[in-house]
Amino acid sequence: MSFLKLLFRNRLAAMGAVVLGLILLLVVLIPLLPLQDPDVTNTSNRFLPPLSDGHLLGTDHLGRDLLARLLHGTRLSLGVGISAALIAGTIGSAVGIIAGYFGGRADNIIMRGIDMLMAFPYILLALAIVAALGPGLFNALIAVAAVNIPFFARNIRGITVGLAGREFIDAARLAGMGHTRIILTELLPNVLSTIVIAMSTTVGWMILETAGLSFLGLGSQPPQADLGSMLGEARSALITDPHTSIIPGIMIFLIVMSINLLGDGVRDALDPRLRSGALARPRAQTLVERKGDIPTDDQKGLLNIQNLETQFHVGKRVYRAVNDVTLFVNPGECLGVIGESGSGKSVTALSVMGLVASPPGVVTGGAVRYEGEDLLSAPFESLRRKRGDKVAYIFQDPLSTLHPLYRVGDQLMEAIQVHHKMSDKEARAKAVDLLKSVRIPNPESRIRSYPHEMSGGMRQRVGIAMALANDPDVIIADEPTTALDVTVQAQILALLDDLRRERGLAIVFITHDFGVVAQLCDRVAVLYGGRIVEQGTTTDVLDHPAHPYTKRLMACVPELGGGKRRLEAIPGLPPMVSDLPPGCAFAPRCDKATEACSRGEIALAGSGTRAVRCIHPEEEIA
Amino acid sequence: MSIALKVDGLAKTFPISGGLFGRQKAGVRAVRPMSFEVPTGETLGIVGESGCGKSTLARMLVGLLEPTEGTIEIEGKALDNADPAKFGRLIQYMFQDPVSSLNPRKTIKQIMEVPLKRLYGMGRAERDKRIGEIFDSVNLRSEFLERYPHEFSGGQAQRIGVARALAAAPRIIILDEPVSALDVSVQAQVLNLLRDLKGEFGLTYLFISHDLAVVEAVSDRIVVLYFGSVVEIGKAEEVFANPRHPYTKLLAESAPVVGRPLKAPEQKDSELPDPLNPPPGCAFATRCPRATDQCRREEPRLEAMGGDQYAACFHPL
Repeated sequence: MSFLKLLFRNRLAAMGAVVLGLILLLVVLIPLLPLQDPDVTNTSNRFLPPLSDGHLLGTDHLGRDLLARLLHGTRLSLGVGISAALIAGTIGSAVGIIAGYFGGRADNIIMRGIDMLMAFPYILLALAIVAALGPGLFNALIAVAAVNIPFFARNIRGITVGLAGREFIDAARLAGMGHTRIILTELLPNVLSTIVIAMSTTVGWMILETAGLSFLGLGSQPPQADLGSMLGEARSALITDPHTSIIPGIMIFLIVMSINLLGDGVRDALDPRLRSGALARPRAQTLVERKGDIPTDDQKGLLNIQNLETQFHVGKRVYRAVNDVTLFVNPGECLGVIGESGSGKSVTALSVMGLVASPPGVVTGGAVRYEGEDLLSAPFESLRRKRGDKVAYIFQDPLSTLHPLYRVGDQLMEAIQVHHKMSDKEARAKAVDLLKSVRIPNPESRIRSYPHEMSGGMRQRVGIAMALANDPDVIIADEPTTALDVTVQAQILALLDDLRRERGLAIVFITHDFGVVAQLCDRVAVLYGGRIVEQGTTTDVLDHPAHPYTKRLMACVPELGGGKRRLEAIPGLPPMVSDLPPGCAFAPRCDKATEACSRGEIALAGSGTRAVRCIHPEEEIA
Repeated sequence: MSIALKVDGLAKTFPISGGLFGRQKAGVRAVRPMSFEVPTGETLGIVGESGCGKSTLARMLVGLLEPTEGTIEIEGKALDNADPAKFGRLIQYMFQDPVSSLNPRKTIKQIMEVPLKRLYGMGRAERDKRIGEIFDSVNLRSEFLERYPHEFSGGQAQRIGVARALAAAPRIIILDEPVSALDVSVQAQVLNLLRDLKGEFGLTYLFISHDLAVVEAVSDRIVVLYFGSVVEIGKAEEVFANPRHPYTKLLAESAPVVGRPLKAPEQKDSELPDPLNPPPGCAFATRCPRATDQCRREEPRLEAMGGDQYAACFHPL
């Protein structure tokens, strides 16, 4: 249903569907309509104009009824076009799937054959095929189908190559399936939608190509009418009796246009990215629609997040990703934010600089203050000037945050020159200095490297260098070491620790790893279901966790040196933020939960920096 | 004790094509010749960092990759996957990414039926009964069977992966990073489940992971890989507590542990060796504080270090 809805939301596609539907209806109703015989000649009534008595659209050069010929011709052209598309689609897809699945030599030989077919201009190839087989509509169909096989083969092969490397294909092989069965039951269902899309967008072309061959007299033979041959026969009377060529011309135009519009619509509606709204361009700044009052500045820290609420509005559903989160960080301090996936830790980080994609993200409450100024109410230009200059980010995967086509030096220079007027030479010297400061060996030659030429650890160093490029005051690091090996992680953590001490950086460090927090952070906040459940100095929280979730989560993590053993597990799953339970989000998984826990809002209680959101805390906090 | 899996001199070299007219170069040696045995009922942990060849090794063991040299023996017979139905009943593989290992266009039931149909030729009624039993043992509700893979969380999808591997009723299961895509609170659930199933079905596990603490918690013995070679093998409780190879020690010290102060355990700029241009001698020599000229010249062999521990090092700790 959602497919049809999406399709008809596209007005052009809907128009195409209506026009094509009308034409198909007419063509199907031919036996019921009071039409004259399209092939009966009557030379005394040659070239009657449209709206003549008994001939609604007039007659052609042999006095045959044009309306009858038009409808019969349309039926034939549509039939030939659709059959050609089906034939080309079936053969081409089969070739493509086989080449893509088996790969290696089979792929090479098949695809080189396809390349050879493509090397001929298509009309020349079609002419050659018809010349060899002899003229006739059926042979024209074969020619048009053959010419279009490469298009399908290449398209489908590309998709199959990607799918054939996926793990579910390996899994099918290990479950005892043979090649034929894997192709038919595992691969085909996954490429079918692409085949349908490719067909719907090529039917129009095939109708045009068949008409072209018929126009040249190589397709349908007299007296049989198809749109191309009607045009061809009317050519000699183009000046004297233009209606004989204009009428089939308009029909071809309507058919091809409506099919193409509909085909494009089908393609867009089937594209999963369109469905999820990802093709909609996000705004440059997260939408802010604060409902309540903006909290007053309480003068805490350099970066001060107060009662932040960020939500995602997808259709009618509201995902409450961040609820009433309050955090601050001082210069030279490292604040750890710890939580599992879906706890809202990354969205909190992205909300600070308005980087949450809108739509669907909306900041619905709270304030983010940098040196007292509320960033959420700041105009875009002022926010843009602070991004990277005052507050910089380090992301998880440096391979996807660095541009693959530019040298890392050029990317560093760009980051500097966006904020500071500087000659290329100065910027380059600064880039070398930055690489040196993140301990990259041979920085002078390394600035000429592309991201793919570096190892994961080196790339993350470049990511850190880029964050440092404009001497920011705050760095927000979102799982910067999660994608790295342990030995490299240790190096990167040591580097971040050195940098904050040397430069007095404030770091907000987002992670799921207690070991990392323990080694790097001064204070830590634990997030669950978009709320802070516990916060305090790292030693307080890790040595004396007060919230049952913190305590049990720490027990889940195996520690080196414990030997073979059964692990503590928390039953159940983390909550969905689209459907948060009332009260404590952890209550359904907590063995200390009582009725009061799921009754209403529980406040974050405590003093100073130490606080916990629990009615039955593991330890009373001072 | 019988031997479930025996690997002798197993190696894999990936050829590098030198362009259209180029001659074939030497290739990347993803797995260098290695030998080890896994007794029935044991969990052998395999740890190493990215690029150490652990996944290549796993894919060779389940017949998805052809070894360049060496032999694999499963329960005393050479690996033979000519008959997929017979082979699938011996050894199964559990994938790292739980969601991408399930076909998005099939219901869970269709996915679960395949091994029962292909490997055991079961009829419909028998299949339904067996699937019900397996789902009970991995704590999944049977109403999940009619759903599609995208409707599941990572932890549930990984359980379905376990269920599919169990449906083949294999003797050995290769677990390739089975919990690295999961949250910690869910990771422990899956690890405990795997442990219970092993006792229940008398399975032998090869547990591959980059997470040392996880490997130590589930394994009887541990193999440490570096740059395609085995550098150390030993009992799980010994390998990280008393490492003999300097690389194992580095690994153990790099793992962040609550209560241990942060220090970089090696120089800050050391790099992994380049697989296209491997150094002669010990691959770890460039990063090793104990390296001597001998290390940079000769490749060390795996030697007994007392007890059940073996290390490939000229200057063991």
